[in-house]
Amino acid sequence: MAKKLPSVDVVLVGFGWTAAILGQELTDAGLNVVAIERGGWRDTPTDFAVTFAQDELRYYYRHALFQEPMRETLTFRNSPDQTALPMRKLGSFLPGTGVGGAGIHWNGQTWRFLPSDFSARRHNTERYGAQAIPDSMTIQDWPVSYDELEAYYDRFEYLCGISGKAGNLNGRIVDGGNPFEGARRRDYPNPPMQMVYGPTLFGAAAKDLGYHPFPAPSANMSRAYTNPLGVTLAPCTYCGFCEKYGCGNYSKSSPQTTIIPVLLRKDNFELRTNSEVLRVNRDPSGKRATGVNYVDIQGHEYEQPAEIVILCAYILHNVHLLLVSGIGTPYDPRSGEGVVGRNYAYQIVSSVNAFFDDKLFNPYIGAGALGVAIDDFNGDNFDHAGKGFIGGGYLACWNTNGRPIENHPTPDNTPKWGAKWKSAVAKNYLRTASVSTHGAVMSHRNNYLDLDPTYRNAYGQPLLRMTFDYTDNEMTMSQFLTERAADLARAMKPREIKVNARKGHYSIVPYQTTHNTGGTVMGDNPGNSVVNRYLQSWDVPNLFVMGAGAFPQNPGYNPTGTVGALTYWAADAIRSQYLKSPGPLVQA
Amino acid sequence: MPLILNRRHLLSTGAAAGAAAALGPRQSEGHEISGDVPWSAGDANTPDFAAGGGYQFLSSAEVEFLNAAAARLIPADELGPGAKEAGAAVFIDRQLAGPYGQAAHWYMQGPWAEGEKTQGYQSRLSPAELYRAAIKAIDDHCRATLNGRAFAALSADEQDRVLSGLEKNEIKLADVDAQTFFDVLLQNTIESYFSDPLYGGNRDMAGWKLIGFPGARYDYRPYVGRHNEKLTFEPVGITGRPGWNPA
Repeated sequence: MAKKLPSVDVVLVGFGWTAAILGQELTDAGLNVVAIERGGWRDTPTDFAVTFAQDELRYYYRHALFQEPMRETLTFRNSPDQTALPMRKLGSFLPGTGVGGAGIHWNGQTWRFLPSDFSARRHNTERYGAQAIPDSMTIQDWPVSYDELEAYYDRFEYLCGISGKAGNLNGRIVDGGNPFEGARRRDYPNPPMQMVYGPTLFGAAAKDLGYHPFPAPSANMSRAYTNPLGVTLAPCTYCGFCEKYGCGNYSKSSPQTTIIPVLLRKDNFELRTNSEVLRVNRDPSGKRATGVNYVDIQGHEYEQPAEIVILCAYILHNVHLLLVSGIGTPYDPRSGEGVVGRNYAYQIVSSVNAFFDDKLFNPYIGAGALGVAIDDFNGDNFDHAGKGFIGGGYLACWNTNGRPIENHPTPDNTPKWGAKWKSAVAKNYLRTASVSTHGAVMSHRNNYLDLDPTYRNAYGQPLLRMTFDYTDNEMTMSQFLTERAADLARAMKPREIKVNARKGHYSIVPYQTTHNTGGTVMGDNPGNSVVNRYLQSWDVPNLFVMGAGAFPQNPGYNPTGTVGALTYWAADAIRSQYLKSPGPLVQA
Repeated sequence: MPLILNRRHLLSTGAAAGAAAALGPRQSEGHEISGDVPWSAGDANTPDFAAGGGYQFLSSAEVEFLNAAAARLIPADELGPGAKEAGAAVFIDRQLAGPYGQAAHWYMQGPWAEGEKTQGYQSRLSPAELYRAAIKAIDDHCRATLNGRAFAALSADEQDRVLSGLEKNEIKLADVDAQTFFDVLLQNTIESYFSDPLYGGNRDMAGWKLIGFPGARYDYRPYVGRHNEKLTFEPVGITGRPGWNPA
């Protein structure tokens, strides 16, 4: 029997980026807010100190900061006719656990989506005709536009102190920035990072080929920065331990380095750690959430009543919570009906290594978002006529790290072990640059999330089941991007290149990206979405669902910038509209 | 008291008047954090060091196998020490004796099925169990097919052929998937060679010296703009480096 606790105004499920933003915004509005986080407390001086943060084995290969499959995982299959099996250990993606969530161990690549990304169906239909979108492709327009989100992108970028260079200031194209980006009201809060050699060469080669290179937007600080909340971040030291690691130097934006020092000192905020939310409770009508039940680390179960429930966990957990709580109609790929779990999408990535004899790149001088990119082949920045796909991705030369377990590239035809492998690793470690592609994944009828019929988690609940594979659109697009990447790599004039193209079915084994999207998508009516344009549940108006689960399909950028913008957008709607008149903010 | 439905309260305070009331005393037995950022002197989430002393998990026969295999996977040569000299067996022993070896963080509930390659690891064996079963099966295979000799007693060429047969799944082992084991063995051997020396491998930072990785440093700001330069750093580990410490 769960112990019932005193009611609060708002309960936040999970305590990563979205919960930290909402905690700050809603306590500012005078509300009592409790955040419930499944993992533990952690902070820079105690958990990521520079005296032990640079530990590749512990943090990446032994998963010190990530979700533990032992407690919570999912099952996976490529297609609905297969039997899904458990993801027994992490691989393709690395959801976080603990305070700060995956906002602790991200690289810091902080993008805005293109204006046309927000109208993927309408835009592509108008330019290429209805036949450009196959029947099985279930993309839809976002119920919010780039222009509406612009102010909220700006807020997130200034919260984080993003380093970068504007390419479009109020409609004026600025040399050296990304000329394809949507108009922004002002420049980034910090200048671009100082550039290392590989990306510099890439930028010169891209320019020679007529493309438009620019320094990638980065949540690694190019200089000391004090954000609007008064929290100060330190200059990045280019140590090369960002993604999969906590930053020891207060140099990477995270909930801990931007919000938590302010939020935790408020007397109308409380954080409960080591507490896993098991379900969202509703009243007998089913149309009103009454709070959540959670279990603490000792196995004691509590009921936390609340006037507003906001799901702020990772998308996989948010979808799982809705499904096990029976909220919304689960998606059925046979009929195409139902919305919870619909339009799960991901990212498609590839790379080309360029091996040199005469150039030293010193890859260990790195940072998670240190690089030069081109956007010439992203979204609809190029003519897709006759190409057989829609969407695109950016190409970049990153210098994220030289961590040697992960990063020891060898040329084609090198054995995987033995003396030849050893000499190839020794010869090429300092002398390799890489061009990577980061592609969009459109939503597809057979890619979705539901509950597994067989396997259960540590709490006895069914596991989430993921059914996902790349479709012809993604494979054709990725091949196109990879060929462009190879052209760029060759233009850097290396001794030889190695093309790591995307081949075969999607596999859950090798790490690709932690850019899982969809499943709680936003839309303009309850028939095509879980939440409305303010991330409010159509079925339960005092329930909101944050995160990349809202993306109707996944554009060719890293998601965090848009996740942050959507969170500020939703917080603003709650503060300015919902609190005045609790109820649906959009009439179905 | 919930504030939202108390419209009079909202009206009287406005939407940004700050907290009307603190949340009160602790309500549940989870770790409740409020009022300040938790910190206490000396609190640090430091790594688990590989203890010295003898082997904790591996038998002597298993150590012989791992030493022989490590010497072929990353051999000693004119470029420097190989994985065996750098401590692969000690590293793997400590890993198998710890949470990784027990698959402590993995989902290890049935039912079990082989599945597709894209579905990942589906063996019911933990890494420790996998090593135990596979090394015995490989030695049995070698004895049965190579004149009664265990893997460690084979010539280097013979060892390479066996490893290659495992890698390509051409050798079938009793009760263990050869390729699954080979992939784990190779991965762990590379980890031993390139991880921080505090875990028992990468002895004298041999792996890092081979490639020019400076180790657990955290500030390269003076070097960012020094493009295409040969930089010489003595590598350092989390526990320092041999030159700093008394022998």
